[in-house]
Amino acid sequence: MVRISIASGKGGTGKTLVATNLAAAAGNALLVDLDVEEPNCHLFFGVKELSREVVNRKVPFIDEEKCTVCGTCAKVCEFHAIASLAKSVLVFDELCHGCGACSRFCPEQAIGERDHAVGHIVRTSVDGLRGLVYGSLRIGEASSTVLIKRIKMEIPKDGLTIIDCPPGTACPAVESMRGSDLCVLVTEPTTFGFHDLKLALAVTKKLRLPRVVLLNKKGLPGPDVEKFCMENRISIIGEIPHERAIAEEYSKGRLLVSNPEHRRNFESVLGKLLEEAERR
Amino acid sequence: MKEIVVLSGKGGTGKTVILASFASLAQLPVIADCDVDAPNLHLLLSPEVKDRGIFSSSKVAVIDGRLCNSCMECLATCRFEAITTVGNKSVQKVAINTDACEGCGVCMRICPSGAVKLAERESGEWFVSNTRFGQMVHALLAPGGENSGKLVALVKQKARVIANQSGARMVLVDGPPGLSCPVISAAAGADLLVLVAEPTVSGQSDFIRIADLCNHMKADAVLVVNRFDINSEISDSIEREGTLRGIRCVGRIPYDDAIPIAMANVKTPIEWSDGPSKSAIIDTWKRIISRT
Repeated sequence: MVRISIASGKGGTGKTLVATNLAAAAGNALLVDLDVEEPNCHLFFGVKELSREVVNRKVPFIDEEKCTVCGTCAKVCEFHAIASLAKSVLVFDELCHGCGACSRFCPEQAIGERDHAVGHIVRTSVDGLRGLVYGSLRIGEASSTVLIKRIKMEIPKDGLTIIDCPPGTACPAVESMRGSDLCVLVTEPTTFGFHDLKLALAVTKKLRLPRVVLLNKKGLPGPDVEKFCMENRISIIGEIPHERAIAEEYSKGRLLVSNPEHRRNFESVLGKLLEEAERR
Repeated sequence: MKEIVVLSGKGGTGKTVILASFASLAQLPVIADCDVDAPNLHLLLSPEVKDRGIFSSSKVAVIDGRLCNSCMECLATCRFEAITTVGNKSVQKVAINTDACEGCGVCMRICPSGAVKLAERESGEWFVSNTRFGQMVHALLAPGGENSGKLVALVKQKARVIANQSGARMVLVDGPPGLSCPVISAAAGADLLVLVAEPTVSGQSDFIRIADLCNHMKADAVLVVNRFDINSEISDSIEREGTLRGIRCVGRIPYDDAIPIAMANVKTPIEWSDGPSKSAIIDTWKRIISRT
């Protein structure tokens, strides 16, 4: 089993471009899109939806018959998700982390739990892939990590899995990267891209994740990412040139691997990634 | 005082460059960077930090190994798989995986020997700075930090206070990508949301989702299509999707190779070039101003 996550720090550096084309070049990979706030991988394939399942998290449900408004639940909630008023108890679903403290410590056993939908998981079949699974956060839902954790449970023990991660360095990105064998940090050689690459490297370091860099939009003016990587002994596993034609193909939702030259590039990157993952 | 927040859903559509350009065109605004986990605005505005502070809004469990009697009750009750066992079979102890711990305190409350405490967790830092365009509030979340939404709320609140004190008429906010807590936090209470979209199939899908979020929040929003000429057909389609949702397009900015060059020279495109994007951004700003 090999799990390769594609992350970046900065958004728009080409994570989805790399994840989709690597998966297509591999031929037998499972592609998992954990950017549940803005999932895009499925837009690049003719996907056939197999199933769709609502994912819930648990939030407290107060049985007003039993509740004596003693205030214990509000006191034990570290997230201020429960307010104990004069005559009733108020629950704020969006602030709840689902830790279960309120129901556990309620002296009247007046607190149960009910489902709160966070989004759904979609399983699809795609020609040339083992499959494509993505999540979609419910509009207005504040936290995506429950959904991300649930989708990760779909990853089988065998075979190659390529994971498209959300941007940033906060909890959703971290949860998506956690548990992978190798993390590919996609960057662009702009001032912003370089700055956020360093932030992403701090995350892989904290998680002790093996990481390599893929340099996208090579040729854009900006800092010398290659020199930085060499000095810090970070291997650059591949590069994609800055070409308006590539941006235009991507804009139409087309994979680059349909062009033989790009296919060779992605096959070579994939080969090196598998070698690297094997070596670790 | 008006608050304008730039958002996008999809990352990398050009929020920061556009917001920095607006800052260069506005009359002494207060500027806030609410992309707290990957902030970039400071790279264009070169802020001189004059005040800073630690952000700690969450807690983390800490186990005192001397008091722990290895009853393993905490292990079974933690819903975040944040408690693991260490040591060999004869002397097994529990340890906290601080990355997974959400600081709910259940372990502390059920521990029969009082071995668990909750400690403050530092999860970032905030700054108030001077820039050439006005005062700026910004922050940096620790790698993998929790509660980015609360840090966003803190940055915005500080920016509003400064605006009120200094009599600034406008707060300009650079928002984070995505749709979840930090975005909702950045959008809350704004007078106008400016949604920056790019004309790609991904960009269109992401725009629809952020537009739906704006409507869900009943927020007033306008659309700016960046690099519209990469795919004029999808640009038109995004505009139609916006119109369907009551979100009017106030600007189409062309692809411009001068932008990364301006960026490398620590300048906004307004200050740097007479490239095709400059006049389009100025026109966009004028339309936004006329709306607020």
